[in-house]
Amino acid sequence: MNLATINIGAILPALVLSAFGIAIMVAEPFVDEQRKSRLGWLALVGTIFAMLTLFRMADNRGQWYSNLWIVDDYDVFLNFVFLLIAAITILTSIDFLRREDMNHPEFYSLLLFATAGMLMMAASNELVMVFLGLEILSIATYVMAGFRRTDLKSNESALKYFLLGSFSSAFFLYGVALIFGATGSTNLIAIAESLRSSADIQISLVDLSAAMMLIALCFKVAVAPFHIWTPDVYEGAPTPVTGFMSVGPKAAGFAVLFRVFMTAFPSIQDRWASAIWLIAALTMVLGNVVAVVQPNIKRMLAYSSIAHAGYIAVAFAATSEKGISAALFYLLAYSLMNLGAFAIVTILSRREDKLVNLTDYAGLGAKRPGLAAVLSIFMLSLAGVPGTAGFAGKFFIFRAAVESGLIWLAIIGVISTVISFYYYLYVLVQMYMRDSNDEFADLRLCGSLKIALAIAAIGTVYLGLMPTRVLDWTANAALNTLR
Amino acid sequence: MTFITSNILTIVTFTPAVGALLLLFYNREHVRSIRMFALIVTLVTFVFSLHLVSHFDSSNPDFQFGLKIPWMPSFGIDYSMGIDGISLFLILLTTLLTPLAILASWSVHERLKEYFMFMLLLETGMIGVFAALDFFLFYVFWEVMLIPMYFLIGVWGGERRIYAAMKFVLYTMIGSVLMLVAIIALYFIHGDATGTFTFSFPQIASALASGRVVLSPAIELWLFLAFFLAFAIKVPLFPFHTWLPDAHVEAPTAGSVLLAGVLLKMGTYGLVRFNLPLFPHVSHLFAPLISMLAIVGIIYGALVAMVQPDLKKLVAYSSVSHLGFIVLGIFSFTVQGLEGAVYQMLNHGISTGALFLLVGVIYDRRHTRLIEEFGGLANRMPVYAAFFLIVTLSSIGLPGLNGFVGEFLVLLGTFGTNHVRATIAAIGVILSAVYMLWMYQRVMWGEIRNERNASLLDLVGREHAMLIPLLIMMFWMGIYSSYFLRPMDASVMKLMNQAQTGRVEYARQVR
Repeated sequence: MNLATINIGAILPALVLSAFGIAIMVAEPFVDEQRKSRLGWLALVGTIFAMLTLFRMADNRGQWYSNLWIVDDYDVFLNFVFLLIAAITILTSIDFLRREDMNHPEFYSLLLFATAGMLMMAASNELVMVFLGLEILSIATYVMAGFRRTDLKSNESALKYFLLGSFSSAFFLYGVALIFGATGSTNLIAIAESLRSSADIQISLVDLSAAMMLIALCFKVAVAPFHIWTPDVYEGAPTPVTGFMSVGPKAAGFAVLFRVFMTAFPSIQDRWASAIWLIAALTMVLGNVVAVVQPNIKRMLAYSSIAHAGYIAVAFAATSEKGISAALFYLLAYSLMNLGAFAIVTILSRREDKLVNLTDYAGLGAKRPGLAAVLSIFMLSLAGVPGTAGFAGKFFIFRAAVESGLIWLAIIGVISTVISFYYYLYVLVQMYMRDSNDEFADLRLCGSLKIALAIAAIGTVYLGLMPTRVLDWTANAALNTLR
Repeated sequence: MTFITSNILTIVTFTPAVGALLLLFYNREHVRSIRMFALIVTLVTFVFSLHLVSHFDSSNPDFQFGLKIPWMPSFGIDYSMGIDGISLFLILLTTLLTPLAILASWSVHERLKEYFMFMLLLETGMIGVFAALDFFLFYVFWEVMLIPMYFLIGVWGGERRIYAAMKFVLYTMIGSVLMLVAIIALYFIHGDATGTFTFSFPQIASALASGRVVLSPAIELWLFLAFFLAFAIKVPLFPFHTWLPDAHVEAPTAGSVLLAGVLLKMGTYGLVRFNLPLFPHVSHLFAPLISMLAIVGIIYGALVAMVQPDLKKLVAYSSVSHLGFIVLGIFSFTVQGLEGAVYQMLNHGISTGALFLLVGVIYDRRHTRLIEEFGGLANRMPVYAAFFLIVTLSSIGLPGLNGFVGEFLVLLGTFGTNHVRATIAAIGVILSAVYMLWMYQRVMWGEIRNERNASLLDLVGREHAMLIPLLIMMFWMGIYSSYFLRPMDASVMKLMNQAQTGRVEYARQVR
């Protein structure tokens, strides 16, 4: 163990993000009111720069900093996903913040810090590191959820997220403490080693610890029955933040879930895998059924995001290399299509997020055909129509489930997909098959939003038609979690 | 020329999709040129599809015009296509009906550009289903095709269009997702047994037929049921038919034509293509039950059709009845029965397509489809009445017209295996004559009672153009049926052999 091995390359993306975040905070007082949006573009430059440093990071594979930090394909892939999420969220927010007169560039700093936290979570080989990343992510997100300071709903959203989030963090810490008590280590590989080799470990302690961590992470990724906070928090938060919360913390939570359970706890896999089975089935059915009756599109997408977490949990329940690979693929696909959908919801909800009912979308197809067509792509992809990322992702997930013998879970999954068709297509019904007097004349589509939509839409179709290249990448990444 | 021959299926399948893309760049004000462009694209597709007939080798029972390009190699998914004698004419039916449906769409005025784009995309989906040889590719076409149809019904349909469109999608989806799970399961069973993981239909089918891959009876049962449910809903077989009347009544004319003409055939095609050769044992085991459902559908559809006040609903229920014949023929496990079933698929596409076109003609003029609103139309529209009569007779199955050949073969095949079934099914033929002729009488004959019918215009040139090709087909297929049956023979024989070996093996297993 040598504390002096400092490897900048291995942590470069997180460093870059933090540096840009701090720079934006420092620069903020010196930029006059009209030019604050430019700091948003600076944040975007930061994420792009961080993305470029991923190449540098990829050259530094291995474990660093006393085995706290690990760099492998899994890490690189997830970092790419996180940075993509951050970039699209920034592009969606620039116009939003201007529109809502809350052009405070701290928002971008918080977003960059949150992303840095996610990068840490994916790269940590150590439970305490996981906790640090989790907290950096969470605290930044609590603030972002309450960013509309004068709005009660936004405050409620932030407070709820904060209270329940702290609660789940405590659960996680308890889990870490217990496993440290049982095995004497918080290093994932060391835990796995001692579980495999020594016989005098109190197995009930290990089980309890795993259960605690599972609960905490299930809260973060919002799967049933730990999803109750989701709709209220998502509804109240500013729309771009909702978009970010529905993909960012979720992806990071799953990243940790896979890493911790596949790496540290393979020896008690039979027990946690059946818990995941149950959670996946419950989440898919509950998320999709409840989404059907939501009149508010943000709540609808909240329940839809619960359902999608359920699909990813199916892949996890397969506990195979194919399963993890499918889950990683789905995380990318889901991030693109969901962020795209939320970007359009941001545009359409107009000032103060007033128009967020599904009926407010009536007539969009006739009056704004381009916007409606793009939203249709995202909805069809979320539903899982062939030719879109959503279908490819679901196909890989259910394929992995069948391969691992989880036929019934796959059947529950595909049937709940059919339910989801109802509410996703209902958006299309509103847009194309109903009329309204709304002329959508006050809609402004500025350049940054167009870029965000283009990235999301092209990505969605590309992953749907040509998934092979990304899939090869995720397959390599998945291998890293299995030891 | 070799480029065309080796890629002909891709060309036929994707010409309409390319047309749809090009339509995107049209100015939506240029109504006439949008229509003409859509028509030309579908006509060009039809001409391309004629290449298939002229180069088809009737003596070859296997898939022809094959092409195979790796798509997702790590998963064993290929872009692979090919057709045999069974799918050949179904593709031609599609390419023939689509331009006629486009001709019937002149009365569409709203959002014309999107309408024709969806029509063209639908055609690509339909052809793709019949041409795909890879399970994954097949499933992609099978599902993707739902979306344009959903829009056609939901945007351009009648009063309860949203309900009908949603019902159509959800019903179809429920069946197809279970089929997807079955496909994946089959993929793994084949892969585990042979070591090659592939979604290729011919490879999996031949492995099953040669016994290299053996399904346990329970697994075969579940797989059969999953495939069967998807197709039975699409056919629709009684009691899965309830989406059909809604979808038909609410769909615009062109939508109904393609729905009845082609989409329903995908269900029966799936049964023939997948259920029989892949799961012969269970197919035999379930044949009595399925035949019974088919017969119930024949009689029930006919009886319900008889009392319909709405012309479109009447034709819709007659479809339930006619599709029952096709399923009966498929599960008779005789060469005649199967050939009759395939022939009847084409017939039903042509006759029912023509019926919906004719209903559309009168709907365009009167904006109603209620039978009681009409009467005595023959006085004002003699040509229309004459055309309608021929189509009616074809639908009933008058000798000399196409319907007779198919029904006769089906009944012949069924009679060979089970007298009772054939006898009851034959009652359906009589009933179909009752409801069709009764309807014809009420609409066409007598005095004009409703004065709004007094000034109706007879068929115009465009309407002639969309009906005459179908009338020609009715006579051609009725009189010179061997032209169409000969290319089917080899493929049907091969399929029957596969299904029959299944029966023998199953008998051995049971013993």
